[in-house]
Amino acid sequence: MGKTLAEKILSLKSHGEAQAGDVVIADVDLAFIQDTTGPLTIRQFKKSGFEALADPQRTVIFLDHAAPSFAQQLSNDHILLRRFAEEKGCCIYEVGDGICHQLIAEKFANPGDIIVGADSHTVTGGALGAFATGMGSSDVAVALALGKTWFRVPESFLIELNGVFHRGVDAKDLILYLIGQIGADGATYKALEFGGDALAQITMSQRLTIANMAVEAGAKVGLFPADKITQGFLTEYGRGGNYKQLYPDAEVNYERVIPVRLDQLEPMLSLPHAVDNVRPVAQVKGVKIQQAFIGTCTNGRLEDLAVATEILKGKERHPGTRLLIAPASRQVLIRAIEKGHIQSLIEAGATILPPGCAACLGLHQGVLGDGEVCLSTANRNFKGRMGNPEAMVYLSSPATAAASAIRGEITDPREFT
Amino acid sequence: MPDLMLKGKVIKLGDNISTDDIIPGRFAHLRSNLPELAKHVLEDAVSGFASKVRSGDFLVAGKNFGLGSSREHAPVVIKMSGVGAILAKSAARIFFRNAINQGLPVLLCDTDKIGDGDELEIDLTAGMIANLTSGITLACNKMPPIMSAILKEGGLIPYIQKHKDFKL
Repeated sequence: MGKTLAEKILSLKSHGEAQAGDVVIADVDLAFIQDTTGPLTIRQFKKSGFEALADPQRTVIFLDHAAPSFAQQLSNDHILLRRFAEEKGCCIYEVGDGICHQLIAEKFANPGDIIVGADSHTVTGGALGAFATGMGSSDVAVALALGKTWFRVPESFLIELNGVFHRGVDAKDLILYLIGQIGADGATYKALEFGGDALAQITMSQRLTIANMAVEAGAKVGLFPADKITQGFLTEYGRGGNYKQLYPDAEVNYERVIPVRLDQLEPMLSLPHAVDNVRPVAQVKGVKIQQAFIGTCTNGRLEDLAVATEILKGKERHPGTRLLIAPASRQVLIRAIEKGHIQSLIEAGATILPPGCAACLGLHQGVLGDGEVCLSTANRNFKGRMGNPEAMVYLSSPATAAASAIRGEITDPREFT
Repeated sequence: MPDLMLKGKVIKLGDNISTDDIIPGRFAHLRSNLPELAKHVLEDAVSGFASKVRSGDFLVAGKNFGLGSSREHAPVVIKMSGVGAILAKSAARIFFRNAINQGLPVLLCDTDKIGDGDELEIDLTAGMIANLTSGITLACNKMPPIMSAILKEGGLIPYIQKHKDFKL
């Protein structure tokens, strides 16, 4: 039998033959922390008795979750992280640089890498063919020091994508549909591996959206093969030399094969309070929303802002609906300004937030009031997620969020395209 | 090394208890002040949990316990509340690893056979749970040897302090 993508990468990085079910110790190519998990990581690192990082150039700190900080405690956490970076000589990305997962894609992830981050959406890096997975602070602390960690080699599900998206339907609708099919724990401990004829049409921006939410089905990684699209993206971001083709072997034992025809998909939503509580937008139309939020590591990229702009340009948000937009990185924001998207979005009534996690995790920049409803392009809608257990969060694509912001209620974006 | 024989009462929870239920993101500014953070443990899921829980109690949940964020503060505040072990039908991957790394046992078993308020005796070495209230005995799933070794040392940091490296 041949190897899955997960088995291939873990074999290479553990210098042996890794098969699903094995436990291996693998080299870590990149380890990172962010401002809400980083302080505990640093304390665990120090407690372990370690002094030096395995490789400061492969260690990255991101200030993105509370950026800029809204509370003195978090400002002090930022100081702790900055001091650690200075002391150990590792990379740090500052307030306003963007969300860790977007910056990992723009600047660090390469096909075949192992990336561990103290953030569950580290899986985003799977879009580039990196075995990228989230871990807690203790695990990342040890990975920072040893440059390796242990993994149980996951069994893989093949998600076989065929056909093309209809207009108004996008990567977010696909991954919400899939999570609805698999369930929030249906892929726990497993790897989701994406394949099929449709891959040649699925852009890196879309791949990042899809891989980002693999964890919402419980998966350890969401892996795409590394192909011409990966090569094009790496070249665009100045590291074309790091490209290597990476596909699973032909004869592979997948635990499950899930075929999806993209042309049969329609705009989808996750309803409160579970990501796998998925319905077509058409069945939920008309629910009033007080806030629409477009951004996050799931959907804050240039392509997402372009889709939103196409719908919102020359129109206005509903007077009863706040429209918050947070570009995923400084570079996304600059490009969106250059293309005129930001001007159009502001004219449509949007509030532009700084590049970062913004309202996603309920800390700041868009905390909901009692009984309020938000339609968000983020990846989680658990009770309390956006800062208030009395609020309701629906998840959708940027197109659905933009269309809904205009009407003030959940709206099928195909009515605008 | 943690106690290998545990005895306590059950606090029963449902399916899909997320890390936002365990310790909501809105308290992220308290994450460097663990005693303050711990006051909010499970407050959105069980009203008044922090004052209800007694040292040695067991959290007994349904499926997919701990789904969501990688925040290790979730098992940290559960452990600080005095909970001796978590029992669930299944647990989310990152939470499971984080709890073991904090020396907090997570046992996977058929929790339908355990009721709220039941008294349990757990033999961690044998992986056996005796329900002293109902008289039923349950076996739980075995974890990979490396996780058992980490748990036995009381968590990942004491394990690494001792071994300086991972030992398979």
